[in-house]
Amino acid sequence: MQKTHFYDCHIKANGKIIDFCGFALPINYGSQLKEHETVRQDCGMFDVSHMTITDIEGVDSKRFLRYILSNDVAKLDKYTTNKALYSAILNENAGIIDDLIVYKMPWGYRIISNSATYKKVSSWIELQAKNFKIKINNRKDLAILAIQGPNAITKVVKIKPQIANNLLNLKPFESIIDENWCYARTGYTGEDGLEVILPNKFAQQFWQQLIEIGVTPCGLGARDTLRLEAGLNLYGHDMDENTTPYSCNMNFVVDLLDNTRDFIGKNKYLGLKVMNNLFQVGLILEGNGILREGHDIIINNEPIGKITSGTFSPSLKKSIAIAQIKSKLENIKPTDKFFVNIRNHLEAVKLVKLPFVKHGKILHF
Amino acid sequence: MQHSNIKFSESHEWVKLENDNTALVGISHHAQELLGDIVYIELPRIEQNIVANDTVGVVESVKAASDLYSPVSGEVIAINDSAINDPSIINNHPEDKGWLFKIKLDDITELDNLLTTNEYKKSIGE
Repeated sequence: MQKTHFYDCHIKANGKIIDFCGFALPINYGSQLKEHETVRQDCGMFDVSHMTITDIEGVDSKRFLRYILSNDVAKLDKYTTNKALYSAILNENAGIIDDLIVYKMPWGYRIISNSATYKKVSSWIELQAKNFKIKINNRKDLAILAIQGPNAITKVVKIKPQIANNLLNLKPFESIIDENWCYARTGYTGEDGLEVILPNKFAQQFWQQLIEIGVTPCGLGARDTLRLEAGLNLYGHDMDENTTPYSCNMNFVVDLLDNTRDFIGKNKYLGLKVMNNLFQVGLILEGNGILREGHDIIINNEPIGKITSGTFSPSLKKSIAIAQIKSKLENIKPTDKFFVNIRNHLEAVKLVKLPFVKHGKILHF
Repeated sequence: MQHSNIKFSESHEWVKLENDNTALVGISHHAQELLGDIVYIELPRIEQNIVANDTVGVVESVKAASDLYSPVSGEVIAINDSAINDPSIINNHPEDKGWLFKIKLDDITELDNLLTTNEYKKSIGE
């Protein structure tokens, strides 16, 4: 297993280490439920250095990313600040190869993509880059720490008073650079916060400073329940190469405004529009039990879809799930009764619009 | 024949003999640690007759669902309602207050097939 530069910190904080995509990372530091709550109410930090950082520079950088990403990086040009964009990489069939965040940087662009997809995405980028004048730089020298929660930014300001104003004025999806550190107001929890990309050699010191001002270390377990409550997709579960953006509520990352722009998967995506028959919804289990990936959703004894990820929601104190069904949420009648098949028992579920929780507020009960 | 008070199964359940023919069953400290925060359990019914190694329930943590096997055969005579209402008891006190069900044993010699505390510790590499 590869160790991140925060590894010793995890051990010191009693992190329960698991193998996550080949990385030794903590699933929790005692209780993932408590870690989850801390992020909703105060502030927690996550080592996400397993994620892949790829810098792209060179004269063709923009043209290249406009071709391989479903979202359009050209729209970042209208900002004077360094803005970021959530996007997908589609294959020719409009299936999702990966989801990522692309940051505009002074020298070009920075992509942060998943670790599970590292091999296929790096070879895909190399393959597509052949006809473009770009330089691809895999930044193994950088670590990433996500500091998330309503108090996240004010806590980081305490440690970095010299850039206090810049941090406090940062808008969502904006980033600033200070001495080779990048601070981005992004995250994967549904709360406010920062993702700090820093040189490996400062990782442990920064972690220790955050510990000293009372920031709670949080593991991958809490990361999953937080993102699920926030209705955020997880690659390999809620989407994959057989999922098009239509079926996983990702149409907002396909930018068709500039109709002169060609990007991989565009033609298939446009053609699929009329044929699409799966729609993403949220589920809340009415009774007790836990919804899990793969469970069938039933109406009138007929299966109409599947759960793509499910868990126990620490905020709702009920089980919740993200699912794909053969019907639009708008077309569902209030009298329709939905069930999920859990170990051959039919359990009643409520269908809701995602997310379940946003900025600490529970949206569905 | 002597029976030590607590025995373990390879699937991480424990059985604690209460008197000549009743015993408590639960999951080991190691099992609760592997599962993480437990949020839901399904237990056998009272008066249900169960056979050793049968699946008799489910223990679900936030992370995963894990089948519950009975290490012994007999009739279920009580279930732990406090653990049903607050499964975190199983995390905090897996081998006492977090017991799962009480069973009237069919055959006390079944305990001989199970692991002693030392054997179990060895099997989980402790």
